[in-house]
Amino acid sequence: MIELKVNGKRMQTVASVDTPLLWVLRDHLKMTGTKYGCGEGLCGACTVLIDGKPERSCITPVGDVRGKSVTTIEGIPEQHPVKQAWLAQEVSQCGYCQPGQIMSAVALLNTSKKPSDADIDRAMSGNLCRCGTYGRIRTAIHVASGRKTARGGKKP
Amino acid sequence: MSKSKDLTRRQFIKTGALLGGGLVVACHLPFGRRNAQAAQQGEFAPNAFLRISQDESITVIVNKSEMGQGIYTSLPMLVAEELCCDWKKVRFLPSPVAPEYNHTQFGPIMVTGGSSSVRSEWSRLSLAGAAAREMLITAAAQTWNIAPASCKAENGFVVSPSGAKLSFGKLADKAAMLPVPKDPQLKAGKKNLLGTPAKRLDSPAKINGTAIFGIDVQEPGMLTAVIARPPVFGGKVVSFNADKAKAIPGVRSVVAIEAGVVVAADDFWQAQKARKLLSITWDEGVWSSLSTPAMHEQYARLAETPGLVARTEGDAAAHLDNNPEKIEAVFEMPYLAHAAMEPLNCFVALKKDSGLIRTGSQFQTVDRAAAARVAGLQPEQIVFETTFLGGGFGRRGNPASDFVIEAVQAAKALGRPVKVVYTREDDMKSGYYRPMWYNRVEAAVDKKGFPLAWRHRVVGQSIIAGTAFEPVLVKNGIDHTSVEGASDTPYSIPNLQVELHSTANGVPVLWWRSVGHSHTAFVMESFMDELAHKAGLDPYRYRCALLAKHPRNLKVLQTAAEKAGWGKPLPKGRARGIAVHECFGSYVAQVAEVSLGKSGTVKVHRVVCAVDCGRTVNPDTIKAQMESGIIFGLSAALYGAITFKIGRVEQGNFDSYPLVRMSAAPRIEVHIIDSNEEPGGVGEPGVPPIAPAVANALFALNGARVRTLPMTPERVRSALKKA
Ligand code: FES
Ligand code: FES
Repeated sequence: MIELKVNGKRMQTVASVDTPLLWVLRDHLKMTGTKYGCGEGLCGACTVLIDGKPERSCITPVGDVRGKSVTTIEGIPEQHPVKQAWLAQEVSQCGYCQPGQIMSAVALLNTSKKPSDADIDRAMSGNLCRCGTYGRIRTAIHVASGRKTARGGKKP
Repeated sequence: MSKSKDLTRRQFIKTGALLGGGLVVACHLPFGRRNAQAAQQGEFAPNAFLRISQDESITVIVNKSEMGQGIYTSLPMLVAEELCCDWKKVRFLPSPVAPEYNHTQFGPIMVTGGSSSVRSEWSRLSLAGAAAREMLITAAAQTWNIAPASCKAENGFVVSPSGAKLSFGKLADKAAMLPVPKDPQLKAGKKNLLGTPAKRLDSPAKINGTAIFGIDVQEPGMLTAVIARPPVFGGKVVSFNADKAKAIPGVRSVVAIEAGVVVAADDFWQAQKARKLLSITWDEGVWSSLSTPAMHEQYARLAETPGLVARTEGDAAAHLDNNPEKIEAVFEMPYLAHAAMEPLNCFVALKKDSGLIRTGSQFQTVDRAAAARVAGLQPEQIVFETTFLGGGFGRRGNPASDFVIEAVQAAKALGRPVKVVYTREDDMKSGYYRPMWYNRVEAAVDKKGFPLAWRHRVVGQSIIAGTAFEPVLVKNGIDHTSVEGASDTPYSIPNLQVELHSTANGVPVLWWRSVGHSHTAFVMESFMDELAHKAGLDPYRYRCALLAKHPRNLKVLQTAAEKAGWGKPLPKGRARGIAVHECFGSYVAQVAEVSLGKSGTVKVHRVVCAVDCGRTVNPDTIKAQMESGIIFGLSAALYGAITFKIGRVEQGNFDSYPLVRMSAAPRIEVHIIDSNEEPGGVGEPGVPPIAPAVANALFALNGARVRTLPMTPERVRSALKKA
């Protein structure tokens, strides 16, 4: 039995210690917002925050998360500036990669208040989007950080 | 707030009954009385596209799969425009599989593809909205005892000449008793909703993790399975030993089916862990020596010989044979995977006389029929529910129904509900690729350097041969999808011949976003560029001259060139390339701005795109689809290739099959041409021009002509040596 804290709630799982956190979330805790895309840390679809840091849950054995605090897409409030910016910029297409994108963006803005384009490239290049929403993601992050207005123009 | 309602068909009928009254409009024209009567009895017929309930909510039932293109918003917009309702009250509901929801043009099947959804539903859904509006107006007029013609509908109310108002919700019961108008009239004058950037109705669910994709389906008692598939296409299981696999806790069953060996467990992780412990003896079949270099040689040899003629104008041979001045080039493109972010999956539950399938399909009728055959049921006994699709790009609309059939086989063999999930490697290795193409082109030019004769030989597999669509789509041995974009080129070329060799080599192939255009546009637009440079003419002006009789092509070309600053100086080390292509009823031109890294890495900085897709529904969706198509096409232009060695696919995950990432994504600017023409498609037309635009920019930069995709650093370096 492994105990972990997900979105502020204590949860338990009987999954074996080597089971990646991703599958514990999805198959055991039935929180399917966190997505599977590659299983090898190559696409970012499975990104969650572990003690505030963005991690690929597909390559994180649940045994390593014992007692740590996990935040998933379900734990990001609706009013969070990143989610609001995502809506304003109409980022989502198929939407499959977006929980992972949002988690990476939330993590970026937690550490960097007004990220530059280069910061965004660094923080977001681990998250693939087959629908090609990168331009909108970039704008949405700038909007969420207050660097740009919701219309995409530069803040005076 | 508009909300999605992901109801099952069963729930849908039940909810309809529970809601009691309300207005249902059947849109399978001509409108029958049956549905209005059914509504009177508080029953909702499943062939309705529109439901108005007493709580003022407007539900549009959408018969197209949402795979990113925004169709759960665009189709409701068509209905809402004519209905004159309050857009904020509109919700969408995925339709069940039923004849009412069949494609209006592609035959008796429910299908999402061919960039056809808006085009093919425009009229039907507009009329559905108009009919409902007329019924609501009549209901209000009867209440007020005045002439219907004196009333109007706006923003969810019917308004009388004196300014009295009745809401649609209040009128729904009464309107439902009225006969459905046989010949509803569309609104005259200005549109309120169409042509404005409406917010997507599916966005909220997609940013909070509640949108349910096929891979997210969870049912009580369900097992999760992975399948060990043969290492070579066409292979078969001879025998297997599952002792070690079965020792993994949670593994419930290991069984062989036609597709391979199914490992079913309580969760995905257990299943895939156990699969690695199987020992299987395969009969590899006839394709076990398949190799990309050998295929390449075979294709090159074929290209030396005449193929079946797909199009002929004038006498190309007379100008080309024995002409020492002719210009020749060979263009090659590899197999490509669709690589949607959501790997394939399918949930199936079977009972003695019924079945339930939940998956992201683009081809519901075909998939359901295939499932029924395997399950020994009638198609109508299977409830087929379409989830959100984490990308489609053609892969989830397979005439062979591969991922559905094997899940049904698995469910049958296991005797339990099962969700079959592909790992990324399974998804990439188990086929259905964009075919590999080899193209040989020859041209003779007139004194000014414009093409006098053009011969294009296409070599590659037919995606249609062997499918149920062959009798309709293959004519005289020509699969039009192999040559589209070349055989129907708008360029004025007096002597034109397009020939085709259709090969057969066991690789499962399928349509891939923009289908034949994904290769022909690269050939046409690269070679046109070569001819322009040979003639010493500006490649943009050269194209304009050859498209003089095609105003829509011309307009997008001019717009893209102008907005990109064509001809204006760029910082050192950068250059522009241009390409234009028409497909799926739309016209797209793109200008790419590129530079080259030291090692030969192509960097695309900016892409300016102009699109004419006729009348528009949601301009923001059109922009998004162009952005999407450009990035999708760029992944293929720069990185994508599926190759074979001793029958095995050499790629498996995103390390060996890379996609464009944030750091490589260009800035994209999209300009939509104001147009009153018939609507065109937008899901696919953004893809074809980007590869040639980038290749042409590279040539403009340093004279390196890359004719083989993807444009890897090695290929760029070797082209540079020849420059
Ligand atoms: S699923 Fe974890 S990085 Fe791709
Ligand atoms: S929105 Fe489809 S993969 Fe990103």
